[in-house]
Amino acid sequence: METAPLLEAIHATKVFGGGFLGKGAGTVALNNFSLRVDAEPPAITAIVGESGSGKTTLARLLLGLAAPTTGEVRYRGKDLRGLSREERRRFLRDVQVIFQDPYEVYNPFYKVDHVLSTPIAKFGLAKSKDEARALMEETLNAVGLRPEETLGRHPHQLSGGQRQRIMVARALLLQPRLIIADEPVSMVDASLRATILESLRQLHLRFGISIVYITHDLTTAYQIGHNIVVMYRGEVAEAGDVEPVVKTPRHPYTQLLIGSIPSADPNQPWQRHELPVDAAAPVATGAVGCKFAGRCPCEMPVCREAVPPLFRTESRQVAACFLYRDRPTLDGADLDRVMAVPASPPVHTLVAGG
Amino acid sequence: MTPTPALLEVSDLRVHYHTSRGAVQAVNGISFSIREGERFGLVGESGSGKSTIALALLRLIRPPGKIETGRVVLDGVALRDLSEEGMRRARLAGIALVAQGAMNSLNPILRVKEQIRDGLNDHGLRLSGKAFETRVAELLASVGLKRDVADLFPHELSGGMKQRVCIAIAISLKPKLIIADEPTSALDVVVQRQVMDTLVAVQSQLGASVILIGHDMGLMAQVVNRVGIMYAGDLVEVSPVADLFREPLHPYSQLLIASLPSLHQKEAFQGIPGLPPSLLNRPAGCPFRSRCPHAMERCAVETPPLREVRPDQRVACHLY
Ligand SMILES: Nc1ncnc2c1ncn2[C@@H]1O[C@H](COP(=O)(O)OP(=O)(O)O)[C@@H](O)[C@H]1O
Ligand SMILES: Nc1ncnc2c1ncn2[C@@H]1O[C@H](COP(=O)(O)OP(=O)(O)O)[C@@H](O)[C@H]1O
Ligand code: SF4
Ligand SMILES: [Mg+2]
Ligand SMILES: [Mg+2]
Repeated sequence: METAPLLEAIHATKVFGGGFLGKGAGTVALNNFSLRVDAEPPAITAIVGESGSGKTTLARLLLGLAAPTTGEVRYRGKDLRGLSREERRRFLRDVQVIFQDPYEVYNPFYKVDHVLSTPIAKFGLAKSKDEARALMEETLNAVGLRPEETLGRHPHQLSGGQRQRIMVARALLLQPRLIIADEPVSMVDASLRATILESLRQLHLRFGISIVYITHDLTTAYQIGHNIVVMYRGEVAEAGDVEPVVKTPRHPYTQLLIGSIPSADPNQPWQRHELPVDAAAPVATGAVGCKFAGRCPCEMPVCREAVPPLFRTESRQVAACFLYRDRPTLDGADLDRVMAVPASPPVHTLVAGG
Repeated sequence: MTPTPALLEVSDLRVHYHTSRGAVQAVNGISFSIREGERFGLVGESGSGKSTIALALLRLIRPPGKIETGRVVLDGVALRDLSEEGMRRARLAGIALVAQGAMNSLNPILRVKEQIRDGLNDHGLRLSGKAFETRVAELLASVGLKRDVADLFPHELSGGMKQRVCIAIAISLKPKLIIADEPTSALDVVVQRQVMDTLVAVQSQLGASVILIGHDMGLMAQVVNRVGIMYAGDLVEVSPVADLFREPLHPYSQLLIASLPSLHQKEAFQGIPGLPPSLLNRPAGCPFRSRCPHAMERCAVETPPLREVRPDQRVACHLY
């Protein structure tokens, strides 16, 4: 029998606002979205989308910080809303989060040590003060920070990049199976971005942690992810193994996205394609058809008549686009069938000083 | 010597912010020039002094900030010698700024056309109803917006539309130099490209020069002709964009370019270890030396000046 995945969103929809029973226009932040995250073998899944595409909503649903309007989120096979105390405690250790803005997580009145010592105390990770200190130092080292330059300081005495790396260290402390990182490097400079992403990737490689890396930046998604899900207005536009999706994108939106990224090579000029200027008008609840119709250079009549299902364009790639309607379809809940399975990396565990 | 005459000449510009903890030396005596019709990129990590330069060029530095030294000559006119009134007129008509975050500081209770009118009125330009409507429609058209956008309020616009309104306001008096401070940092890539296309289109219509401020090297590679690299308040390299990407001279430029992730090949991320120095007590010597893989004894004592070491390539580094 197959074991239940670590964390799974199944046909999850989240609607904000709107009247009772869907009367009045609400915002469909996430629409019938499924995603399965396994702990074994650990993998890095990148979720890419422009702002407002529902990425943070997805993260909040996966973390149990918000409940889906319809559909469900399951942890080890059980709906998050029905976990026992014991299961909930395990969930809180297994699944860690890194948010975009580390400033909000820090209390300016406490030294940064607090961010690390709290989970150590809460989950009884160390038996003595010395052991706690050793564990803190070890975790900081694991994310490339020097303990003597970080412990004992106040948040404002550290750079944004250092603060964000402490959040990575905090996530690591609990030896989770999964880290959900929501735009972890959007607020830091390029030179630090690379360092932080490398420390995230090291957590995966050295400790066998799965990562859901949420970003608006397709380039870092490609660099760090095994798999990718490209979101458009709360839905999957394209998904699969990151190599085919980035190298041979099928969905017109993914193609537009990739063509819009300015290459850091002056000899590779930006693709020119004219777009309708103000076509990005929001789609109201209940509108039928493809959400990308209206902006799409390939639009066909069918695009306004029905919602495109996921078509399997390649063995490791699906696109929600009628251009591929001669291909077999895939239920969103079976997305993992097209995801790449990374070779299992060697797994180390953090050991406390004693 | 220079291929085209300079539109803007900046020499020894120095700006400090006088705080209770001491003087923040945000811009440390920099010199550069902008040629007619060129797009110049000003790149650097946050806090390196880019916005301070933009504000100083327009004499918009407010206390505790102060322009300590510097000469700014736009089209033969020394801007720092102008009266307040003269400078007010030079803004928009000579040199226009799309400030960092401008799209979020549009007045929420004014329709787009009223915001454009404000800019014109500030310059004593009062157009009759009909002439004004025509001018507004022209301006909106030149940034790719429909005429009816004039009657909308900022909250009715998408981010990309707001930024284009800001560009429309900036060009309303046909400036010779447009400074755009991180105009697309808050926008998605698809919209970013539309806004950049717009900026380049209005520039060529006006025959103006552009200073594009940002930190995205990819954007610079695609949009500008020359790049100035800022580090901790210093201009450490100024090179034509093709030269910069082919053979960056300054060790910081080299590491910056090496840290860019690519969409073509997966590789290990290379960050730049270390942190920029405090701007409160600038140590003597090269500002980059604590992070520089090539630092020598001399780098700790002697500040390297920005010098032309190859045709049209300037660098501030003792290696050259
Ligand atoms: N708490 C909320 N109340 C109302 N609307 C919300 C809320 N959170 C998110 N939304 C809306 O849901 C959509 C998706 O938002 P979000 O998940 O934050 O997207 P992303 O993280 O991709 O930028 C947006 O249109 C946003 O305005
Ligand atoms: N009003 C101010 N008071 C004190 N320091 C300031 C002020 N404005 C900017 N600074 C400081 O000046 C330096 C340069 O800032 P800025 O020009 O905004 O950099 P950039 O635009 O490159 O991010 C930073 O160290 C910043 O903290
Ligand atoms: S001057 Fe010295 S420290 Fe500065 S960049 Fe050049 S080699 Fe490195
Ligand atoms: Mg978000
Ligand atoms: Mg700035």
